[in-house]
Amino acid sequence: MSDPSHKLSIGSLLRRPETGSFLGLAAVFVFFTIFGGTNFASVSGAASWLNVAASLGIIAIPIGLLMIAGELDISIGSMVPAGSMTCAIVSGHFGLPIAVGVVAAFALGALVGLVNGLLVVRTAVPSFIVTLGTLFAVAGLTLGLSVLITGTTSVSIKAGPEAKFLLGHFINGIYQVTILWWIAAAIFWGFVLHYSPYGNWILAMGGDKVSARNAGIPTERVTIVLFMCSGMSAAFVGLSQAILYNSAQVSAGQSYIFNAIISVVVGGVLLTGGYGSVVGIVLGTLTFAIVNQGIYYTPFDANWASLIIGVLLLVAVLMNNTFRKMALSYTPSRNPSRKLK
Amino acid sequence: MMTRPLLTLSGINKSFGPIDVLHDINLEVYPGEVLCLLGDNGAGKSTLIRLLSGVHKPTSGTITLADKPAAFASPRDASNAGIATVHQFGGTFPLMSIGRSFFVGEEPKKGWGPFKTFDRKTANDIAVKAVRDLGITRITDGDRLVGGLSGGERQALAIARAVHFGASVLILDEPTAALGVKEAAHVLRIVLQARQKGIAVIFITHNVVHALTVGDHFAVLIKGAKAADFRKGEKTREEVTDLMAGGEQMAELEAEIKSYMSSHPV
Ligand SMILES: Nc1ncnc2c1ncn2[C@@H]1O[C@H](COP(=O)(O)OP(=O)(O)OP(=O)(O)O)[C@@H](O)[C@H]1O
Ligand SMILES: [Mg+2]
Repeated sequence: MSDPSHKLSIGSLLRRPETGSFLGLAAVFVFFTIFGGTNFASVSGAASWLNVAASLGIIAIPIGLLMIAGELDISIGSMVPAGSMTCAIVSGHFGLPIAVGVVAAFALGALVGLVNGLLVVRTAVPSFIVTLGTLFAVAGLTLGLSVLITGTTSVSIKAGPEAKFLLGHFINGIYQVTILWWIAAAIFWGFVLHYSPYGNWILAMGGDKVSARNAGIPTERVTIVLFMCSGMSAAFVGLSQAILYNSAQVSAGQSYIFNAIISVVVGGVLLTGGYGSVVGIVLGTLTFAIVNQGIYYTPFDANWASLIIGVLLLVAVLMNNTFRKMALSYTPSRNPSRKLK
Repeated sequence: MMTRPLLTLSGINKSFGPIDVLHDINLEVYPGEVLCLLGDNGAGKSTLIRLLSGVHKPTSGTITLADKPAAFASPRDASNAGIATVHQFGGTFPLMSIGRSFFVGEEPKKGWGPFKTFDRKTANDIAVKAVRDLGITRITDGDRLVGGLSGGERQALAIARAVHFGASVLILDEPTAALGVKEAAHVLRIVLQARQKGIAVIFITHNVVHALTVGDHFAVLIKGAKAADFRKGEKTREEVTDLMAGGEQMAELEAEIKSYMSSHPV
């Protein structure tokens, strides 16, 4: 997906950031089809991992873009429940229209992202530390305010049919509608990173922030906008879960932090920035979800899933390093069949 | 020189917190001339050109570009004003393609409305041609990653970019440092071409031969202050060399080395 008119050849495919993640996905899929049997690859089996992949994927893409730009956002772990609770308190507890709850959750996500972005840009403290701070701060605020306002840590919410249709129903009774939102998000971010000029800015910032700024890129503004997008994406996942399950809990989201980072890294994004693709992140997310859910279709104990994910992560990183080296050392002039311009 | 200066610096001071780096710099840069900025390591050359390229703002003093005050808030402001700079380090992005790296911040677009896309083909074609014009003919494919190029090829890519975008002022901070003899000669030729087009060039180098080959006008910084400002032919090569070494008498140094060598036979 990265560049439209690439000549297709084995060589050019091997040099793309998502090659490793594609091979990883294929390996994992074959493994679970063999050991998970027909149930794993069946329609309902597919739904179980697609549903997990969808909400994770909506968060993983902006996290991946931040990583490509050389930053990290772990505050999403609190932003998911915060978005959920905001929507449930506004529309469930206070009974305001669901649209108000949705807007409030998005606004909170944007605000947390703005704070993250401003702190990172102004203080030059590494974004891991900044967002570790906001991870705890937002978790504390969510818990404190929820108890203060509603007296409980779990709030129920009744959404109307339109909201249910858009954000919280199962297509064919098994596929969460968030899968469609994930696809939309992937197309949107894929366009931004690989086709729009802004993608170039993001890649350049992750490659060398000082040179990017010297080249005239408004690096601070781009950083802040990316943090706001990741905050809003996490809020979106939170609010859509509240609408789907008709309730919101204070603590449900910390697992997104590691899961999103694993998906992004398995997807071929370089942890230090400057390299990666949206297709890769999508494939990485699918791989993670398949291991996470596929284990239930095998005769193995579910505890082994973490082992597989750990090994997968290491193998994926090694493989991605190899493919990146191949991309770097590629010189067309060694290929005599290609003529000079 | 009969023409009016394109770029005028008056009373420029720059400090980073308690560290004073530049003191009261006055300098004039003329169109169609090469100003060689010389000086020892840490003299403040890079800091001075960072003020001109919008990276830093002067603590006090004014910069005038084409008779208008120029207070650049960002590198983008400076490049919009026609000032293109190759900074001493960096300037290229190892994991990006040649075409993408060349156009960072100035991306060519195609399509309409919100669906404008990065025009990869145009970017690649222009970038490859620009680098080849600098004499690096090994580069033929704009999709190659910059990190696969040699240090000199990367330097040439950064220079090619600045030449492409530098409408009125071209600033090169030690552009020949990583280059071989042939590539350095190409860069010097590019500098002279830019000068011929009426562009004002600011050229920083530690190489006396390079400086004397292209320079019309020389300014020497010593410990952040302008120690000398002279035109081509006003000083001998020995005098220039002395000034570049921070004013130390090069002859003294040579004598010292000679006596050391004779007292320590190999
Ligand atoms: N951002 C900064 N903060 C503090 N001090 C700085 C900063 N930038 C430069 N300096 C100091 O200013 C002085 C001049 O640095 P500068 O890079 O301008 O030297 P230079 O003349 O380009 O040297 P070289 O020939 O080695 O490139 C140095 O002592 C450096 O430590
Ligand atoms: Mg310097």
